[in-house]
Amino acid sequence: MESITNLRDGIVRGETTARAATESALNAAEKLNDSLNAFLEIDRAGALNRAAQVDAQSEKAGLPLAGVPFAIKDNICVRGMQTSCGSRILGPYHPPYNATAIDRLIAAGSVIIGKTNCDEFAMGSSNENSAFGSVKNPWDISRVPGGSSGGSAAAVAAGIVPVALGSDTGGSVRQPAALCGVIGLKPTYGRVSRYGLVAFGSSLDQIGVLAREVSDAAAVLQVIAGRDSSDATTADVPVPDYSAELNEDVKGLRIGVSRALLGEGVHPEVRAAIEKSIEAYRDLGAEIVDVDLPHAKYAIAVYYIIATAEASSNLARFDGVRYGFRAKDAPALKEMYRKTRDEGFGPEVKRRIMLGTYVLSHGYYDAYYLKAQQVRTLLRQDFTRAFEKCDAVLTPTTPTPAFFFGEKVDDPLAMYLNDIYTVTANLAGVPGISVPCGLSADGLPIGLQLLGPYWSEARLLRLAHAYQTARPLNARPRVFA
Amino acid sequence: MPITEADIEKIAQLAHLEITDDERRLFAPQISEIVTYVEQLNAIDTTAVEPALGGLTPEGEQTVSWRRDEVQPSLGQKLALEQAPDPAAGHFRVPKVLS
Repeated sequence: MESITNLRDGIVRGETTARAATESALNAAEKLNDSLNAFLEIDRAGALNRAAQVDAQSEKAGLPLAGVPFAIKDNICVRGMQTSCGSRILGPYHPPYNATAIDRLIAAGSVIIGKTNCDEFAMGSSNENSAFGSVKNPWDISRVPGGSSGGSAAAVAAGIVPVALGSDTGGSVRQPAALCGVIGLKPTYGRVSRYGLVAFGSSLDQIGVLAREVSDAAAVLQVIAGRDSSDATTADVPVPDYSAELNEDVKGLRIGVSRALLGEGVHPEVRAAIEKSIEAYRDLGAEIVDVDLPHAKYAIAVYYIIATAEASSNLARFDGVRYGFRAKDAPALKEMYRKTRDEGFGPEVKRRIMLGTYVLSHGYYDAYYLKAQQVRTLLRQDFTRAFEKCDAVLTPTTPTPAFFFGEKVDDPLAMYLNDIYTVTANLAGVPGISVPCGLSADGLPIGLQLLGPYWSEARLLRLAHAYQTARPLNARPRVFA
Repeated sequence: MPITEADIEKIAQLAHLEITDDERRLFAPQISEIVTYVEQLNAIDTTAVEPALGGLTPEGEQTVSWRRDEVQPSLGQKLALEQAPDPAAGHFRVPKVLS
């Protein structure tokens, strides 16, 4: 399949049209939705309308993504489409505004074809927590696609769209990317505006990009990155040309590997694939160095205190008052809140709200939340020290390939441990990218993860592109457009 | 520290969640297990370590996020009430507050 830059250039030159690309994506989305359940809404009329607008523009040169079809995770606000966050509690909510990232994509000429399924409020690692059914992994539909951006990952993996947006709070872009054999990029905290991304963990959330090609991820990041006055947590850091150094070789770049992180708990085929990818980087001329992240083993504990605490606060707004679902027959306001939230939220969301409420409650704040934030500082210091010795740290993205539906739903803690390699990046705020690095004996994708210093997306993309060029994943999922 | 069903009920009250008996029975051991798991952090010496509140990078902390104190366009009543479960003239109607 061609890159989005080639697609866009073809549209600008008049060799093809935005309409043709959009029709193709819409047809694929509709055809595959019964088998994958990747989309919660497919907006045929709106997308074709938008495509027509793009085609009618005489001056397309200023549209870097002219006619490129996109899928958007259903926790990112797109005016005119639903935003359900995979939950019943938002009811028929249709946001009256676009997320900033969406405004930027639209201004660049892209066409949004629909909203993708996800774990409820982005809480999950398997897309089994959606109120609207699970998403299936296109490589094996009896297995999970990962989560929480399972729908976006499946849509890209199955060739429905070349690129999608997701969100990543503890790995929710990178982990499904790994399980679905696509590229998944989480930028530095503050690189991309969170305005219009429904908040889960405000100190952890970032909008991320899923793509089949690293160069496509770079092109999308180019458009959505940058300071936004509507999001005070975006940083005033210049946006470089993310495509400029993509094709440079990686000779002399230093890749850090922590042997401790390749120990027990890692599926032997994942370990083998990672060892092979380390060799691949050696062949490409990179230098492999040992690094240590001594507090990484506490990352899940730190994450499930901080993320749940922040979520308990962020999800307080879903109360049936101003939008979304409101429970019937509540005699007074307090009962309405309680019934609305009990009927509207699924079990994982309730679990996390309660955990978060507990760790923030009177008498426990210091013991849990403050302590976790202190260990978070120690983890950040681990990364700072590691990046003195290397340009990127390489880890598996996930400890195992895609697991079966139902395998981990009854054991929340076992489910949380899927995020063991990815949560570190959200806690430290560093950027990370997952790149397919092989298939298991069962034919399931395995991902390698690269983590870099703050604002080093260009170099991460370069390292990822070098790998993808040298070792492309020459296989397609069973379910493909 | 084990979390009991009574604890769950108290937490649910704080979080404005009305949970069923089945949910309470399901959640108590699960949340208890998770709390026990996170308590491993107590073993770490964090004396004089600054908490990383907010998640900002150093560049993020240096970014000036003030704006001029000038009136900007806002959502407006019509749009704000469009999604309301029970809109009334210029406000959101809810069940009685005091019971």
